[in-house]
Amino acid sequence: MPLIKTVDLCHKYGGQDILRNINLKVEQGEVFALIGPTGAGKTTLLRLIDLLEVPSSGKIYFAGRDATASKRVRFQVRRRMAFVLQKPVVFNANIYDNIAYGLRWRGMAKNNIRQKVNTVLEMIDLSIPQDRNARTLSGGEAQRVAIARAIVTEPQVLLLDEPTANLDPLSAAKIEGLITRIIHQYRTTIVMATHDMAQGQRLAKRIGVLINGEIIQAGDPREVFTSPQSREVAEFVGVDNILDGVIVSQEGGMVAVEIGGNKIAEAISDYPAGEEVYLCIRPEEITLTLAKATTSARNSFVGQITRVVSVGPLSRIELDCSFRLVALVTKRSAEELGLDRGKRVYATFKATGVHVLRKD
Amino acid sequence: MNELLQGLIKAFELLVTLDPEVMEIAGRSLAISVTATLLAGVICLPLGGLIHFNRFTGKRTLINLIQTFYSIPTVVVGLFVFLFFSRIGPLGVFNLMFTPTIMVIGQVILIAPILLGLVIAAFSGVEKAITDTARSLGANDLQIGIAVLQEARFAVMAAVLLAFGRAISEVGLALMVGGNIKGFTRVFTTAISLETSKGDIELSIALGIILILISLVVNMVLNRLQQR
Repeated sequence: MPLIKTVDLCHKYGGQDILRNINLKVEQGEVFALIGPTGAGKTTLLRLIDLLEVPSSGKIYFAGRDATASKRVRFQVRRRMAFVLQKPVVFNANIYDNIAYGLRWRGMAKNNIRQKVNTVLEMIDLSIPQDRNARTLSGGEAQRVAIARAIVTEPQVLLLDEPTANLDPLSAAKIEGLITRIIHQYRTTIVMATHDMAQGQRLAKRIGVLINGEIIQAGDPREVFTSPQSREVAEFVGVDNILDGVIVSQEGGMVAVEIGGNKIAEAISDYPAGEEVYLCIRPEEITLTLAKATTSARNSFVGQITRVVSVGPLSRIELDCSFRLVALVTKRSAEELGLDRGKRVYATFKATGVHVLRKD
Repeated sequence: MNELLQGLIKAFELLVTLDPEVMEIAGRSLAISVTATLLAGVICLPLGGLIHFNRFTGKRTLINLIQTFYSIPTVVVGLFVFLFFSRIGPLGVFNLMFTPTIMVIGQVILIAPILLGLVIAAFSGVEKAITDTARSLGANDLQIGIAVLQEARFAVMAAVLLAFGRAISEVGLALMVGGNIKGFTRVFTTAISLETSKGDIELSIALGIILILISLVVNMVLNRLQQR
């Protein structure tokens, strides 16, 4: 039985649909990441799961029990969860009291509170006296206190809303480290929202892509990133190359797709001839060479470089091959090959590096 | 100018000699206004919480109505209290007219709108994220209310100070329902009013200065408490 299950969950706000038909299952001990662009409804979904809001329609089950049944049930179920909001929120009290709030509200004895608070304080590794007012902390420190305050209640479910948003890279790394420690130490079920795909991939066992209030795809992070089920998901998960095409032939699971300008690309797919499709090619799947290379790769197109952009240790090369292609190569390769604007190069990729998506 | 100087000297004399009549008036003024402020606080804090935390039809109108009563003239409150508690009024049976009790009741009615309105405003000033965080950490409605009150404590304290200031400085109500009876219902403001009409300007100034001093001390004590 899943620990959290939502059935046809819908939520409206001001007459506008925020969430539509959310059917989600999260198993005990699972780390589930909701990814999606800003405004997709991630925060609203977390708020509904935490029972801070009552859904417009649909049900939320917690360990098989209808958690939306009554105010009393919502309160009881909410006490088994903890929610860390996107913006670090701390009460106007010292660090110790901030962390102790949830335990005091549960009527726990002072000695137990002290012991538990000290344990989590050790875990969050905050080198600041615990009697300091939490309002004086930096964003990253405050977020660590907020996470400690949530985890000290030993929730069955920890809900995290964009836990590293608006934090500097160092603070974000510390928060991610803390979440990893919680995953291993507490084995808490975690549902987190993030717009950082890489973070979702790093922390979660399963990912759900929420776009325009709907979960378009859910599954193993690798599967979501390599085999997106819709153009929207493909765009969101960073597939820079989405080519319109029509299958002209299909033989033994191998298709030839016309992608404009009489160019044909080959890919692996069972779709029949005549099907209109999108070809999704991740930029890191594309190899650039100065001369046509003889390789096992089935696709090679000549094109002219239109733009070169530095992305950390990589260079993002945009090509005009009569259709647009984007490739990612290391900066060193770009320098050695002299990949500058206007240069003619060959872009090569394997048929297995193409994900074929049928147009709706 | 001379009268002002004499008033200052006399006030100083009355203060250092702990003049029994002045001390008695001061004690009564404080007792009535502090009691009224505390009672209004006991009523308005939970009521403010109820109005703030609950959604209901006409909430905005109710808040507008409360705000309208911020500046209700003290004599109007005095008139209503008089009409209700005079011998012919519906509450005349309690025989409370011209007693400190009716002055407290009148002051509670006078300051309740301002305290209630400012408490609601103070609660509204607390980020919604605080309420959400408290709720998500397992707080029940009362615990959430207390958490929000703690966050809004400075604004609430300011509201209480303002309410106390309005209570101790009003004169119309105290005169109408208290009657300015020497040794029984005479307070600073009614005493100042009487002494001025009698032409005893020095005593009026002295009492006025002491009233301001008392307000100053109360403010300082409360501010000190806030800083803790």
